Amino acid sequence: MLLINIAGFALIALIVWWFWLYKPKEAELGENDLVITVENGTYSPSRIKVSTGEPVEIKFIRKDQSPCSETLLIPDLQISDTLPLNKLKTIQLPALAAGEYAFHCQMQMYRGLITVK
Amino acid sequence: MSSVNTESGKPGCHKDTDNNAQHHNHEHGSDPHVHVDSAAHQELIIEGAGCASCVGKIESALKAVPGVENAEMNFAQRTVSVIGNAAASDLLKAVEKAGYNAKLAAAENEDDALAEKEKADQAYYKRLMKETWIALSLGGPLMAYALITGEVNVNTTTERIAWLVVGILTFGVLYFSGKHFFVGAWKSFLNHSANMDTLIALGTGTAWLYSMVVVFFPDAVPDQARHVYFEATAIIIGLIDLGLALELKARGRTSEAIKRLIGLQAKTARVIRDDKELDIAIEQVLLNDVVRVRPGEKIPVDGEVIEGHTAIDESMLTGEPMPVEKATGDTVAAGTINKSGSILFKATRVGKDTALAQIINMVKRAQNSKPPIGRLADVISAYFVPVVMIIAVASALTWLNFGPEPAVAFAIVSATTVLIIACPCALGLATPMSVMVGVGKAAEAGVLIRNGEALQTASKISAMILDKTGTITLGAPKVTDVLVAGEHDEQAVLRLAATLESGSEHPLAMAIVESAQERGIEMGKVSNFNAIAGHGVQAEVDGKTLLFGNEKLMRERTIELGDFVEKAQMLAAEAKTPMYFAVDNKLAAIIAVADPIKEDSIAAIKRLQHNGIRVVMLTGDNRATAKAVAEKAGIKEFFAEVLPEEKSKKVQELQMEGEVVGMTGDGINDAPALAIANVGFAIGTGTDVAIESADITLMRGSLHGLADAIAVSKATLRNIKQNLFGAFIYNVAGVPFAAGVLYPFLGLLLNPVIAGAAMAFSSLTVVTNANRLRLFKAQEH
Repeated sequence: MLLINIAGFALIALIVWWFWLYKPKEAELGENDLVITVENGTYSPSRIKVSTGEPVEIKFIRKDQSPCSETLLIPDLQISDTLPLNKLKTIQLPALAAGEYAFHCQMQMYRGLITVK
Repeated sequence: MSSVNTESGKPGCHKDTDNNAQHHNHEHGSDPHVHVDSAAHQELIIEGAGCASCVGKIESALKAVPGVENAEMNFAQRTVSVIGNAAASDLLKAVEKAGYNAKLAAAENEDDALAEKEKADQAYYKRLMKETWIALSLGGPLMAYALITGEVNVNTTTERIAWLVVGILTFGVLYFSGKHFFVGAWKSFLNHSANMDTLIALGTGTAWLYSMVVVFFPDAVPDQARHVYFEATAIIIGLIDLGLALELKARGRTSEAIKRLIGLQAKTARVIRDDKELDIAIEQVLLNDVVRVRPGEKIPVDGEVIEGHTAIDESMLTGEPMPVEKATGDTVAAGTINKSGSILFKATRVGKDTALAQIINMVKRAQNSKPPIGRLADVISAYFVPVVMIIAVASALTWLNFGPEPAVAFAIVSATTVLIIACPCALGLATPMSVMVGVGKAAEAGVLIRNGEALQTASKISAMILDKTGTITLGAPKVTDVLVAGEHDEQAVLRLAATLESGSEHPLAMAIVESAQERGIEMGKVSNFNAIAGHGVQAEVDGKTLLFGNEKLMRERTIELGDFVEKAQMLAAEAKTPMYFAVDNKLAAIIAVADPIKEDSIAAIKRLQHNGIRVVMLTGDNRATAKAVAEKAGIKEFFAEVLPEEKSKKVQELQMEGEVVGMTGDGINDAPALAIANVGFAIGTGTDVAIESADITLMRGSLHGLADAIAVSKATLRNIKQNLFGAFIYNVAGVPFAAGVLYPFLGLLLNPVIAGAAMAFSSLTVVTNANRLRLFKAQEH
C-alpha cells in the first residue's frame, strides 16, 4: 500500500513537473522558414524564439479538422485570425518588446508561446 | 507552391489588421476614404522562381512597366508587391517575358474559402458520425447485456475467454473511433501540454487497461473487483464523438451572419476598358475602372457614380429598408443592390478596401475577440487539465487508502469518471460562442461592434450622451424665419447674408446659401472675409460692412438690438437658432435656422430611457435652442454652448459622477469625446461609415441603432454569463461527484457512462445556448 501511495504522489509530482515546471526548448524563428503545424491538438513547435525590435512573420498550417483549432489568438497583441485547413497562413507580428507572448486557440487547449529576446 | 497562393500573398492585409488591433485606434477624425491611395497596390504570385537571383530579375522587369512605382519580391513567399497604377495584364506580361509565370494574388476569395470550409466540416462530421455508430453498436449491446444479466465479472475460464474477445473488439473501437483522442493526447503530452483529448484518452484507456488486467490476471485483483468496463469504454468514446459531431453542426450556425455578409459580394463586374465592356472577376477590378451596373445587379466594388441615376437597396449593409436615390457624384457601396436604373461608376475602393470587405473583416475580428468577462475562464482552462489529472490520481489514492472493498474497483471507477466528466471545452466555449453569435446578430441590424470589450462595456452603459446636430437631428439645417428690422427688404437681406456666407462650410451658413438659391437670388462678391471664432463672421459686400453672428458679437460691436432680443429668444424657444445680421453697424435682420429632429429620434430616445439609461444632449448651440430641441426630443438633461474641444470634458464629468458613459456622434468632429467615453458610437449615414473610428459604428442614421446595440450587448452578456455559470457549475459539481465525495454520505458514485454522456453534451449545451441568441430580436422600431 505504501508503495502505491508513493507511486501516486510521484505521479502527481510528475504531472506538475511535466506540464508546468518543465520548459521545453524553443524553436528559433529563422529566415521565414519556420512553419507551425497545427495538428492533433497541438502547435508544433509550440515555443518560438524571436528577436526583439523587428517585425516578424509566423506561418501556420492547420491540418487539424477540429473547429477549435481554427482560431488563433495572440491576446497581448490583440491579434485574432482564422487558420484555413491545409493552407499556409502568415501572421505578421509587429516589432516586439522583450517578453513572452502566449498564443492559443479559442478555448486555450492549443497553446504556444513566443519568447522575444 | 500552390499551397501558399491563397493565404500568404497579402502581407499588407495582415499588417493592416495588426496595426489596427494594436493601436486599438480611436482615430475618429479619420476620413473613411483615406484608405484609397492614389497609387494602387497589387500582389502577384510568381511561379518558377527557383533561386534568390530571380528576385532582381523579376523586380526590374516589373519596375520597367510604365506606371509602376515600386516592385518588391518576397522570395520566401514567391510573391511580388507592386505599387503603381499599371494595368494588371501588363504586369503579368512583363513577368512572363522575364521567363516566369505569374498570376494575380486574388484578394482572398471568401466565398471559395467558405465553401471549402463547409466541405471539410461536412466530411469531418460524417467521419465523427461513423465513429459514433461503430462505438455505440458495440457499446450499446454490451451495456444492455450488463444491465440485464448483471454479469460483468470475470471468474471462470469461459468468462475470461468471452471477455477477452470483447476486450479485443473494444480495442477495435478505441482504434477506429477513438484513435484521434489517443494521438492528440500523445502529441500534446510530448509537447508538455494537455487538453480534452488527454482526459478522454486517459479515462477510457484506464478503464480498458484495468479490464484487460482483470481478464488476464484475475487473481491480481480482489474477488469483488473483478469487473470489466469494456461497455463503458465503447459507449464513452461513442458519446463523445457524437457530442463533437453535434457541436460541429451547431457551430456552423453560429457563423451564419458572417456567411450572409460574405454572400453579399458580387462575383464578377462589368468594366469598361478601352471602350470595351468586359466581364471580369471582381478581384481584378482596379482603382478608377469604370463599372457598369444594370438594374437588379449587385454593386461589385465601392465607387462614385459618373453617369445615370438609380435607387439602391442598401438594407443589407445599413439595415435601412428604404432604397436610396443615387445620381452623379453619389457614392455606391459593394454588396448593395441596384434597383431601378443603369449606372456607370468609377471604382474608388476595391478588394480588401471596400466598405463591405472592411465590415466583414471587422465583424470577423470582433467575433474572435474576447470580452474581459471571459478572462477568468481562460485562466482556469489553462490549468484545468493537469489539475483534473491530479484530482483523478488523488481520488484513486483516497479510495485505495480509505475506501471500502473492492477498493481497487472504486479507485479505478472514480479516477476514470473524474477524467471523463471534466469538460474544459464547455468552459472554453462559453464566451467565444456567444460573442460570435452576438456580434453577428448586431451586424445584421447594421451595428458594427469593434471587439468583445466594447460589447461588454456597452451592456453596462448607464448614461448616453447624444450630440445634437446630425445625431438627434438630421444635421441639415434650413432657414425658417427672416425677421427684418426697419425698412430692410427680406430678399436684399438674404442676398447679402447668403453672399457673406457663400464661402463658409458651416452647416448654418450652407442653410442660408441654399435658402437664397431656392429663391433664385444671385450672390454678389465678398471681400475682407473674416471669421470670428465662436461668434460669427464679418466681411464686405457691395461696399457695405456686414456682420453676422450671435448676440455677444453684436453687443461687442455695440449694435443696438432693441426688441429683437426678445424675438430671438422666442425663436430659440421654438428650437430654432437665431442669428443677428448687421449692415454697416446697424441691425438689419434676425435669420433663424432650424435643424429638424430625425423622425424616429424621439421613439429611440424613449427606448433608451425606458431601459434606465440617462440620456444627455450635447450641443454647441445656445441654451434656448438646446432646451427647445431637448424638450422636443424628450430629453431632460442637456449641455449647451459646448465648444467642440469641451465635448470630451463633459464626458469626463459624467464619468466622475460614476456613470458608464456612451457617447454618440458623427465620428468626425466628436473624435476626442468618442475616444474618452466608455463606449464611443459613431453614427454613420448610409454606407459611408467611419468603420475604424469608434467602438461601435451604427451604419444607419437612426438612433434606434443605439438601443439595438445596447440590447444586443445585454443579451449577449446574459448569454455568456449563463454559459460560464453552467460550465463552472458543471465542472465544479461534476468533478467532486465523480471522485465520490457523496459516497460516504449518500452511497452515491457516478457511473462512468453517465459521466461520458454529461461531458459530451455539456459543450453541446453551451453552443446551443449561444445559438439561442440568433433568435434575439431588437425591440420595436
